Amino acid sequence: MTTDDQVIRFDGVGLRYGKVHALSDVSLGVPAGCMAGLIGPDGVGKSSLLALAAGVRRMQTGRIKVLGCDMTRAGYRAKVGPRIAYMPQGLGRNLYPTLSVRENIDFFGRLFGHDAAESARRIEVLTRATGLYPFIDRPAGKLSGGMKQKLGLCSALIHDPDLLILDEPTTGVDPLSRREFWDLIASIRTAREGMSVLVATAYMEEAARFDWLAAMDGGRILATGSPQSMLKTTAADSLDAAFLRLLPEEERRSYQPVEIIPREGHDGEPAIAAHDLTMRFGDFNAVDRVQLSVKRGEIFGFLGSNGCGKTTTMKMMTGLLPPSEGKVRLFGAEVNPHDLATRRRVGYMSQSFSLYRELTVEQNLTLHARLFAMPEPEIAPRVAEMLSRFDLAEVRGKLPERLPLGLRQRLSLAVALIHRPEMLILDEPTSGVDPGARDEFWRILIELSRGEGVTIFISTHFMNEAERCDRVSLMHEGKVLATGAPTKLAQEVGVATLEDAFIHHLEAADGHAVLRAAPLSSDAVPQGHGRAPRGWHRWFDPRRMFSHARREALELWRDPVRMTLAILGSAILMFVMGYGINLDVEDVTFAVLDNDQTAISRDYTANLQGSRYFIERSPIKDYADLDRRMRAGEISLALEIPHGFGRDITRGRPVAIGAWIDGAMPTLAGTVQAYVQGIHLHWLELRARDAGYVDALAGPVTTEIRFRYNADLRSLDAMVPAVIPLLLLLIPAMLSSLSVVREKELGSITNFYVTPTTRLEFLLGKQIPYVVLSMGSFLMLTALAVTVFGVTLTGSFATLAAGALLYVSAATAIGLVFSAFTRSQPAAMFGTAVLTILPAISFTGLVDPVSALQGFGRVIGEIYPTSHFLTIARGTFSKALGYADLRGAFLPLALSVPFLVAAAVLFLGQQER
Amino acid sequence: MRVTNIVHLGIKELRSLLRDPVMLVLILFAFTFWVYAGATAMPELLNRAQIAIVDEDRSPLSSRIAGAFHSPYFAAPELIDPDIMDARMDAGRDTFALVIPAGFQRDILAGHPVTAQLNVDATRITQAFTGSGYVQAIVTAEVREFASRHHGATDLPVDLVLRARFNPELDNTWFGSVMQVINNVTLLSIILSGAALIRERERGTVEHLLTMPVTPFEIMISKVWSMGLVVLIASAASIGLVVQGWIGVPVEGSVVLFLAGAALHVFATTSLGIFLATLARSMPQFGLLLIIVLLPLEMLSGGVTPRESMPGIMQALMLAAPDTHFVMLAQAILYRGAGISIVWPQFLALAAIGAVLFAIALLRFRRTISTMA
Repeated sequence: MTTDDQVIRFDGVGLRYGKVHALSDVSLGVPAGCMAGLIGPDGVGKSSLLALAAGVRRMQTGRIKVLGCDMTRAGYRAKVGPRIAYMPQGLGRNLYPTLSVRENIDFFGRLFGHDAAESARRIEVLTRATGLYPFIDRPAGKLSGGMKQKLGLCSALIHDPDLLILDEPTTGVDPLSRREFWDLIASIRTAREGMSVLVATAYMEEAARFDWLAAMDGGRILATGSPQSMLKTTAADSLDAAFLRLLPEEERRSYQPVEIIPREGHDGEPAIAAHDLTMRFGDFNAVDRVQLSVKRGEIFGFLGSNGCGKTTTMKMMTGLLPPSEGKVRLFGAEVNPHDLATRRRVGYMSQSFSLYRELTVEQNLTLHARLFAMPEPEIAPRVAEMLSRFDLAEVRGKLPERLPLGLRQRLSLAVALIHRPEMLILDEPTSGVDPGARDEFWRILIELSRGEGVTIFISTHFMNEAERCDRVSLMHEGKVLATGAPTKLAQEVGVATLEDAFIHHLEAADGHAVLRAAPLSSDAVPQGHGRAPRGWHRWFDPRRMFSHARREALELWRDPVRMTLAILGSAILMFVMGYGINLDVEDVTFAVLDNDQTAISRDYTANLQGSRYFIERSPIKDYADLDRRMRAGEISLALEIPHGFGRDITRGRPVAIGAWIDGAMPTLAGTVQAYVQGIHLHWLELRARDAGYVDALAGPVTTEIRFRYNADLRSLDAMVPAVIPLLLLLIPAMLSSLSVVREKELGSITNFYVTPTTRLEFLLGKQIPYVVLSMGSFLMLTALAVTVFGVTLTGSFATLAAGALLYVSAATAIGLVFSAFTRSQPAAMFGTAVLTILPAISFTGLVDPVSALQGFGRVIGEIYPTSHFLTIARGTFSKALGYADLRGAFLPLALSVPFLVAAAVLFLGQQER
Repeated sequence: MRVTNIVHLGIKELRSLLRDPVMLVLILFAFTFWVYAGATAMPELLNRAQIAIVDEDRSPLSSRIAGAFHSPYFAAPELIDPDIMDARMDAGRDTFALVIPAGFQRDILAGHPVTAQLNVDATRITQAFTGSGYVQAIVTAEVREFASRHHGATDLPVDLVLRARFNPELDNTWFGSVMQVINNVTLLSIILSGAALIRERERGTVEHLLTMPVTPFEIMISKVWSMGLVVLIASAASIGLVVQGWIGVPVEGSVVLFLAGAALHVFATTSLGIFLATLARSMPQFGLLLIIVLLPLEMLSGGVTPRESMPGIMQALMLAAPDTHFVMLAQAILYRGAGISIVWPQFLALAAIGAVLFAIALLRFRRTISTMA
């Protein structure tokens, strides 16, 4: 085979996570134009190899050529990217759950430059071929596992890739859907000749139908070749056996066939009894009058297609979901969500991984042992036992997130078993687990059942597993079709295998032949490549940006609560802050220590009492009283009038009145100080006039104060234009701050890694919907200010609006910076809140002008976008200014946007690390 | 209820937090540098206020008045021409512009009433209020002194000796630093508890917990204690190292008593965080709820503007917010050296608010838990 025939060429590729080698020195050529498979147990580096080939993960050592292009170079990666399609592991991890089937595919189509008509045509072809067409408007989150995988495939195929990379595409998919899935791939390959497909799989019966295989173990390639040649060289009759023979001696020994020990019938009260169990979601019966009875120590299998109600049934059994109708009894007692004693006797494993990703494997096991109240001395040995039993000892200190699916599943099962439950409820526990480990699972299950009398209720998609159960139930569309021993079920309908019996029942139930995917004709499948990006479009293509923008906007649209919160929240806050913040200090409490008690001293006090600023409290008795009341914050001002105050004044001797102000809050203290001084001076003048020597002194001087821009000094008029910038910063920044990091947490960020989207397109695309939404808030806030608050907009609205547009762009960019920088949603939220609230309130002139600030705050205030927009808002609202007057504020505002976006671009990686 | 469950679930929360280095760095940043920056940025009450003087009198008295404006309250006044005054104010260069009319000194000495005009940029609302009082007082005082010296007559010999207690220099950093710590405490405790719950829901781990012998009460209280502990440690370190150490604020009362108050406050705010998390269906919704709740808490609790300046109804409403009481007790303990005999009403209020919030959050948590699964 020459390199020309190779679609992917790995040369000395190595990959390490910390100290662990995931791949060591892999050199491999994958032949072009055929179905190639990667087989091997969990955690041997299959996924890593695929991720490297797709350009998702950053290369460490070695070289990879894909379709003739060097993947180590970003330029080539961008060029070859559109010709590759990659579907990551996990059910629908790269899909957008709130978007419909059509919208999901459309998003990918637009990313690759299809216009609306082209996209619609392709979507129809693909959904018809995959049988998704009837569900085209259903949100992806509500699809069954098999349908999600098909949707993932449609999304991957929309742009006519030359290379399709599928990472365990059929894990967790029921047999029927799996069959359809491969039929679909086959028909696509017939229609699009020359397309290469590389698949990682744990299903050997699937691998047997591929053209070419590479067997992997321990980060290395064991062997390559066609399935037939592998069988021949190892002299084995099945691929499972062939693979075992390829393994080194010491690993081989651990594999043994599963032996089923017949169950000895000890009947009695059933361990699980479901009677007329029904679950309704709206008018949809997810589970419809299910009757079940599982005996103690029995292994009871639950079979059915994806989305038939298995998981719902199991959740009702564990008490997680209260049934709409009917009853479940566990160990003779009705399931009660408050019955902790029963929970202790049951071990449950949910379909999706639901352990703590931030705890190591060992910590997870220990935590669950403790939560199940195992005696403390038993915990450590039990954890050690589970670690070795499930072959997890090597990864005990690792985080589950870093583990392949198969190992994570083992951990989940180990957790479900840790407290030696009497009953196990396992929802597809072996999905994604390699055949060897699966057999090991079953050995444990059989031992538990036969040896310890543990009742096991298990759902599975593997027919060979179902055949090992004592009895199975076939479920379809919420109903149990048949229950019985596997062999009996086959005999009853006169077929050879359980799988055939299953299909027989399904067909009988539906009253027609099971829907098969319509084969694709070659003209139905679009030919020719998706437009390869050319010239500057390679670095910035507005179409791709708008594709991201459209998707983000759709997600926002599907979450009306969030939109309402954003808009209504701004309005509520404006009311609260507009009326709440008022710097006109009134009703300051004061009390007097009057040591004089003369007419003059009382006159002085009365002068204060008459002021609207002060409220008098009961007189102060002595110094101790003064001290106590000031400490308690009961009075903010204490006046001490000395002995002989009146006498001394009359005699013209100098006297001093003492005033103590509570300095705990300096702003308040300063205002009080000014008030007292003013009132004191006023009193002096009154006294002087009464005494008749005012004329001798000087003409009365008045300082006439003109409060400009806000003549009657209404706090509202001053605050409302200041609150608008505050709200237009905090809410838009918070909106955008979760946009990227959320995709990182939920997994759909992979789409950004594998599609030709550049960082700038991705970020701007995310930003646009929030800018539009925030401009809506701006319009509403301005309208509120003018109508409800009666604040006049004296200047140019156009200037204000232009400023607002720049400003909300900056605000959303601040959120994006944090979103790109952080790895968890709480961190992004906290960072955004910390770095917006304090500057907005304290550094940007809301209360104190920037020019009066000092230190770091001053520096931040000078450059922070809010300072400049505050100038614009106050200028246009209160000062009747237009663009010409405010030009100085526009420039820094305009500069801040590209600066912030550039920072976000820098922080966002283009590949997974 | 099992205490061991609460302990272990809490430890789990702490371990999760340790796995997020960016979050830890942000917490460190918020409680150290950011407190410092927030505290030291605030100007003195009337610090270096920009004042311009239009002197149309050009007399010894008018230059005397101009000379009376000096730091720290005012920046050195600029003498400007009347025709540029408006432009300078429009551009926000001056907060105050004092116009001393022609014949000012002459009229004063002749005993005629005179008027100086003070233009104030009312958009700078704190300075406008405090500052115009100062300017008035300065002008009046200068005129009196000038006149009395000229006439050889004496003024009424009553002096007003003003002293600020607890913060004699009215140093804003004292106030600002502690308020910044308080704001961080509220923000962090709501985010840590609320976001932790939503994350568990988004990842399906709550569902898993509920199949185990663990009650919603245990799940909730474990988050309250563990996240509360983190916030308390951060605030204790911040008060000790940054506020007292770096900024050098003399703390008059007992830091331990303050931390006890902080613990009660954190109990209330972490419960609030969980309550918000039960209202929100996703993290983005929670983020918005956070802002909507947090902003009034911070702005109207008395930590930014004095409670005395709020309308009565708002003052009354804000008594339901834990922050209001926390700000009160922090001021009383840290600045005024108040003991428990004085601040017990705030402690009581915080405990009551915390208990109510916790009960409501627990009720909602229990009710929504089946929809989380």
